[in-house]
Amino acid sequence: MASNLNHADNQDVLRLAGNVDLEHSPEIRKTLLDAVAERVNVFVDLSEVTYIDSSGIACLVEALQTARDHGANLGLISVSRQAMRVLELARLDMVFSIHDDLASALRAKT
Amino acid sequence: MTGASSATKLAQGPIEPAPEPLLEMRFPAQADRLKLVRGSIRAAARMCGFNDTAAQDIVLAVDEACQNIIVHGYKGREDGEIRLNLARKQDGIQVILLDTAPLVDPATIVPRALNDIRPGQLGSYFIREIMDTADYRPRPDGAGNLLEMFKRLDSTPWQAT
Repeated sequence: MASNLNHADNQDVLRLAGNVDLEHSPEIRKTLLDAVAERVNVFVDLSEVTYIDSSGIACLVEALQTARDHGANLGLISVSRQAMRVLELARLDMVFSIHDDLASALRAKT
Repeated sequence: MTGASSATKLAQGPIEPAPEPLLEMRFPAQADRLKLVRGSIRAAARMCGFNDTAAQDIVLAVDEACQNIIVHGYKGREDGEIRLNLARKQDGIQVILLDTAPLVDPATIVPRALNDIRPGQLGSYFIREIMDTADYRPRPDGAGNLLEMFKRLDSTPWQAT
């Protein structure tokens, strides 16, 4: 499930929650791709993700690559333990910009 | 007993105890059923002695294998079925998945390269990364595919560096 926590002129904060899995990844993929196509800065809050699989990780990777193609930024914030474990297994923890919270993500951008 | 038969017996080594069945499930090969299965896999892994992190890793590997069956085996067909058998062995957990999808050539199941961050093929990568063995073969009855996986209790969990 994806919800928009904060929508400013050039910034979106999207929160993914629960199972980011094969069942829900088509909807999540669309939400993420729409966000990075329209905004300069997109932060994805993963604090409430209880399970993420390869289809969910693929959504994040595609969104990151689309953001880069558009000259936009995509960062991950408040990553849950389970999500971080899967990012590490995929060796993607060094590919994404990961921050403890939104405030530190915004500080890193200034 | 002749010398030759003694040598044969010694070469066979000690007989390994049969795996202890923990759970057998049959479920429709549909994405929304996997969340019903994940809790049972985690509980079985914990029962075998794996810690939380290792149990969660095993859940991911089995879930990805089921996804491969749904997406690449049955190709989204909703009348397919998956059978999952979990068993405890002395030194770990055995996972067997059976389907009735068209036969898959194991050589086509290729995990992604480490430096490749494109979406896709991550599922097979997770299976190889997490499990100690993953053996794809046709079912003995010829009705589909069989995937036998094993995770040892003493295998070192993958750690971020």
